Amino acid sequence: MAAVCLFLGFACALAVTQAHGAQSKEELMVTSNALGQPGGTITVAVRSDPKTLNPVLVVDESTREIIDCMNADLIHINRETQKTEPALAKSWTVSHDGKTFTLQLRRGLRFSDGRPFTADDVVFSFQLYLDEKIHSPQRDLLVVDGKPISVKKIDDYTVQFQLTEPYAAAERIFDGVAILPKHTLESAYKNGTFSKSWGISAQPEEFAGLGPFRLKEYVPGQRIVLERNPYYWKADHAGYRLPYIDQLVFLFVPSEDAQVIRFQAGDTDLLSRFSAENFAVLQREQTAKGYALQDLGPGLEYNFLFFNLNNVDGKNLPAIAQKQPWFQDVHFRQAVSTAIDRDGIVRLVYNGRATPLWSQVTPGNKLWVDSTLADPPQSVDRARELLRSAGFSWNNSGNLVDSHGRPVEFSILTSSSNAERSKMATLIQDDLTKLGMNVHIVSLDFGAMVDRLLNSFDYEAAVMGLASGDADPESEMNVWLSSGGTHLWNLTESKPATPWEAQLDQLMNQQQVTLNYARRKELYDQVQQIVARELPVICLASPHILVGAKNRVGNFHPAVLEPYVLSNVDELYVH
Amino acid sequence: MLKRRYKLWVTLTVLAAFHGVILFAGFFAPYSYSTQDRALPYTPPSRIHFIDRQRKVHFLPFVYGWKDDPQNYGSYVEDFQHVYALRLFVTGEPHKLGGLFPLRTHFFGADAPGRVFLLGTDGYGRDQFSRLLYGGQISLAAGWIAAGFSILFGSIIGSLAGFYGGWLDDVLMRGGELFLALPWLYLLFAVRAALPLQVAQWQVFLLLIVVIGLIGWARPARLVRGIVLSAKERNFVTAAQAFGASDLYLLRKHILPQAYGVMLTQMTLLVPQYVLAEVTLTFLGLGVSEPMASWGNLLSSLQQYYVLVSYWWMFLPALLLIPVFLSYYAVADALQERVKSVVL
Repeated sequence: MAAVCLFLGFACALAVTQAHGAQSKEELMVTSNALGQPGGTITVAVRSDPKTLNPVLVVDESTREIIDCMNADLIHINRETQKTEPALAKSWTVSHDGKTFTLQLRRGLRFSDGRPFTADDVVFSFQLYLDEKIHSPQRDLLVVDGKPISVKKIDDYTVQFQLTEPYAAAERIFDGVAILPKHTLESAYKNGTFSKSWGISAQPEEFAGLGPFRLKEYVPGQRIVLERNPYYWKADHAGYRLPYIDQLVFLFVPSEDAQVIRFQAGDTDLLSRFSAENFAVLQREQTAKGYALQDLGPGLEYNFLFFNLNNVDGKNLPAIAQKQPWFQDVHFRQAVSTAIDRDGIVRLVYNGRATPLWSQVTPGNKLWVDSTLADPPQSVDRARELLRSAGFSWNNSGNLVDSHGRPVEFSILTSSSNAERSKMATLIQDDLTKLGMNVHIVSLDFGAMVDRLLNSFDYEAAVMGLASGDADPESEMNVWLSSGGTHLWNLTESKPATPWEAQLDQLMNQQQVTLNYARRKELYDQVQQIVARELPVICLASPHILVGAKNRVGNFHPAVLEPYVLSNVDELYVH
Repeated sequence: MLKRRYKLWVTLTVLAAFHGVILFAGFFAPYSYSTQDRALPYTPPSRIHFIDRQRKVHFLPFVYGWKDDPQNYGSYVEDFQHVYALRLFVTGEPHKLGGLFPLRTHFFGADAPGRVFLLGTDGYGRDQFSRLLYGGQISLAAGWIAAGFSILFGSIIGSLAGFYGGWLDDVLMRGGELFLALPWLYLLFAVRAALPLQVAQWQVFLLLIVVIGLIGWARPARLVRGIVLSAKERNFVTAAQAFGASDLYLLRKHILPQAYGVMLTQMTLLVPQYVLAEVTLTFLGLGVSEPMASWGNLLSSLQQYYVLVSYWWMFLPALLLIPVFLSYYAVADALQERVKSVVL
């Protein structure tokens, strides 16, 4: 026992002297988390092999999760507080007009290959992200109002970003934009072979990053092993350089069920992205198997039913065009919304682990949810009243008919691969039968469904879900702007088709340039109120973020934002 | 021989009885296939009692209701407050007997407001037993229709090929091989995606079943062709031909009757095969849509891990299907024996 203490004491002392010795040059970020123990391995499962390890080119979520452990950004969004915090930039100032950002970089930092980090790397990285020939999926985020953000080096540790318009969410766009080493990638960029560099066949020596881990080994189809980056720029308050663990292993486990089984068997230490039913299954063996599960409450995903309000061609799709007057009537949509048993959805689809929704922002979005919104209970009587006021009536056999005597009958599209949304559609169908509507459910494979929603508009209603990447309203722009690419219910309008859509446009555009949080929140509250009243999408429920971790994992602080369990991977330790 | 005949009749009786129950599902099922009880998702099968908690013996069997287990979220315990007797010929939800005669009488049921779930409930609180019976209507109809189309189409092509031979035989049989190699799944996806939404789901389903049946003609066609080939060489056929019988008459009166046994055997083999095809369709999201029941969507819930480990009663439909399929194969077996002894 004494020997262990001695040894630990020695290790700590060594770390402290190291930190002190480097202090004159190296500006480490000191974290306030509980102190952990060095060493050990943490294993997690991801759905698929990485497609690339190049942060500029990554598209899919599971690859991003791996890449984020090997890279760092300038300003980071703290997943717990959902606010921005310093990362590679130790501080920043914003000019009065909100267009110029001056970032002070930490001095003396090194990439995982030991080479120094300076403002040149930042300028180089943004050059890559903004280069149209590289087609980085991140480029869109760095283009504000059609004009790319411009970057200028002031000195070795100061960079300046220039926007053409004030942009409220400007600090947040730096999150996840990995800073790359100029010294390793510049030649590839100049040769025009950048899109081939850092692919999955690249050797570990070719990589250099600023994240807590660096690549050690990649075995296709099985696992990717990351090892501790000895040059990482964070230290705990005892002076120990993070991360604590020596190795981080990602196993490739293709399905949710398989991941649950692997976690249950003890093969993985952390688990996220699983259903409430599997949560219940895992819960039974919680104490026996030495792991703990947590229900973090709603995340950012909102599921909804929406009707086709597109300006469809009456010649090609006469049946749909004929039904659209119903869908366009707000009373009809309100009646549908009022008839839906959201509590039933929460209980039957999500086993109680979801939150009913009446507007698009979930309570998981702490800073932006309008908590004053009413949550009217299900009421068939109220729904019938609304329909009556809109000119609908019921025939002798109890079927709902419109003012022309046509029976109300429509179909709801769902994706056959999404069990939850199919289940919601089945419950909605049953609820709407009580209003005398004849509703069919058509489940198509995801591709065919999306094609109908986005291209052919050959649908009447659909159940879908969206999850923003970030808590900020900015990430919802393309949903609520009438010109937005995810403005699902009406993608055809060249100008706002209704007064309330015009109002949404105005509010969304205004919040984008409003720098004051309280004022911005007011604007976004109004957006939520309009959505709840006009129901372009009828929000249903938001699933809770469910996570699990073995009891041996310390400093486990999961968050409702992605990557749910790995957001503080540099602070995790094992005991 | 006697024993064999006995076996055939026993299995036929079992199958007939089973099909009768399925055909009159509305009467034999205590509830409709779509009646949801949102307070009772995934309840285990009702326990049927004769003796209650006070040790009193009841004349009629009875069930207790289910209520949430306060200690264990998501599971149920029996609620001993009320006793619901089970009776025969009770009045319940309206249905149509055999799809024709409106009726409210059900073969059995529990006293209201109690409910009896012989096979438990699914995730929407719907009675699995009722869904099993109603689902049989869809699945067996799918099996019979598809098998019927296969046999019909197959025997027409097979007899043409066998009877006329030559280049026609070559073309038809090579064409058949092409169909055997066809990736029918993709064909079905394409058919489904091409249809407009306004086509009702059951029509889509029916169409897909017909398509499956039609592309399955190659195998029965080969068999029929073989029989026609050997039959047309027989003396009585040659004799009829000498008397000036037309081709159609020959096929109809002399040749095809020899293939009937084989066709019947093929039919009994194909029906369960196409019932399984329906299951596959449902797995792929091409089956009948909710809330309609089919054996395919009863079984598809078993894909999920939590169902496998948490709700054992969801397996019961699968177990009950085994004897049905076995009887089909037993009939096919017995028929084959008879065909052999008659033809040869």
